[in-house]
Amino acid sequence: MLKVIDAVVEFAGGTRALDGVSMEVEPGETVAVVGESGSGKTTLARAILGLQPLKSGQVEFHGEVQTGVRARLAERVGMVWQDPYASIDPRWRVERIVREPADLMGKTLDVPALLTSVGLEPAFATRYPHEMSGGQRQRVAIARALALRPPLVICDEPTAALDLSVQAQILNLLQDIRAELGSAFLYISHDLGTVRYLADRVIVMQNGKIVEQGPSESLFENPQQPYTQALIAAQPRIEQLGVIPG
Amino acid sequence: MKRRDPLFWGGVVFLVFLVLFAIFGPNLRHNPITPVGTNFLPPSSQYWLGTDELGRDIFARLAEGARISLFVGFAVQAIALTVGIIVGLTGVYGPRWLAGPIMRLTDAMFAFPDILLAILIIGVWGLGITPVIVALSITAWPGVARLVKTQAAAMNEREFVVASRALGAGTLWTVTRHVLPHLAPLLTAVAMVEVAGTILGESALSFLGIGVQPPNPSWGSMINSARSEMNSHPTLLLWPCLLLSLTVFALNFVGDGMRRRLDPRASQQ
Repeated sequence: MLKVIDAVVEFAGGTRALDGVSMEVEPGETVAVVGESGSGKTTLARAILGLQPLKSGQVEFHGEVQTGVRARLAERVGMVWQDPYASIDPRWRVERIVREPADLMGKTLDVPALLTSVGLEPAFATRYPHEMSGGQRQRVAIARALALRPPLVICDEPTAALDLSVQAQILNLLQDIRAELGSAFLYISHDLGTVRYLADRVIVMQNGKIVEQGPSESLFENPQQPYTQALIAAQPRIEQLGVIPG
Repeated sequence: MKRRDPLFWGGVVFLVFLVLFAIFGPNLRHNPITPVGTNFLPPSSQYWLGTDELGRDIFARLAEGARISLFVGFAVQAIALTVGIIVGLTGVYGPRWLAGPIMRLTDAMFAFPDILLAILIIGVWGLGITPVIVALSITAWPGVARLVKTQAAAMNEREFVVASRALGAGTLWTVTRHVLPHLAPLLTAVAMVEVAGTILGESALSFLGIGVQPPNPSWGSMINSARSEMNSHPTLLLWPCLLLSLTVFALNFVGDGMRRRLDPRASQQ
């Protein structure tokens, strides 16, 4: 469904944020992209959305090469951003925020049903973002991404800005939505624990390159590349934390 | 809950009275243009603030001056905002061949001293209210343009604007729905403060004799003509100076208060 072919993104100064990345996402599949900060995960998402011009390579959607024309983008890809405090317009009410993709396409939208589907009361429609918690805002952002039921949803570290307890709720919500909607998910994260919980397949990135990819279980059980092994080993575990004296 | 904001409300009340004064004051009792009594009459029930050196009613002349000052102030800012927003947005979203030069032109405009440029334009164009408005507009728009340019460029990188583009929104959509509404409180506040500056500018030009032409009154020309009688009749100087100062203060207070109020985050606290 989504195909990225040999994508290269170069920033001013010659830094290669993406250095020949090729990957695919099949319909209904959940693919995780993991790697440390600066490995090119977010740039990959921006390139798929057409926000980041490619130096070479291409992005295909259902075999159709994505060009500068992105007018009907929201029907194809929904994006959940990292920081729900920044990714929704603070001057807009919830109803207008989740309606934006439909308004752009000139479509109608059942706002109460959409809010219910992300676990918000329909009464939230009249609220402003500053009247909500981080978790509620992220639910609004998810509702906006899902408004037109796109076949692909990209989540860029959707829980990174949230409290630990809220993180679990949002992850459960994403799981439920995936099951209900049947959309493919591209899940970007540096949190390997959640990746293992969510993803069918994992792509490991380092310095703008894909160093390893494979089915989630086999990659976690038997990582081939030293970088992947280091990433998995670097995960904090309860046993390792030990006892805090006092 | 509304926060107590005495300066803002004081400014609003003053400006409301000033507008009413400007609308109804000029012909409430006497004509502001023609002499209506003996010169230098003291305040009385007939002439509330007395008469000036030509026997004209000071109350009516102050009101007519307020009308002219407010008209010039808001007309100039309306022009400056329109031009400034268009130029500033062109600087951010326009094609490269246009965006660069238009912002260089804006920077160059800052090099001209306001009043001197206004004197030059009026000197070339001739006397009258239109040249005054045009002259003051020409020096007022570059500030707006530069503000809009830097603010819009910063807004453009804000994640909710990027998120809107990621939904397929074009420039027109993001500018009209996200960027400009966010700049509105700031631009309104700045415009209010700038109206004060424009009113001062108009007064300065009238004080110099190249703004509003006699026999029409303006606070600036009233201050100028009252100067020679300063020792014998100080109230002639006091009234226009007081009104000018209070107006400038009020516009500043209201401008600052507006910015605080138009921000939905601040208003909810």
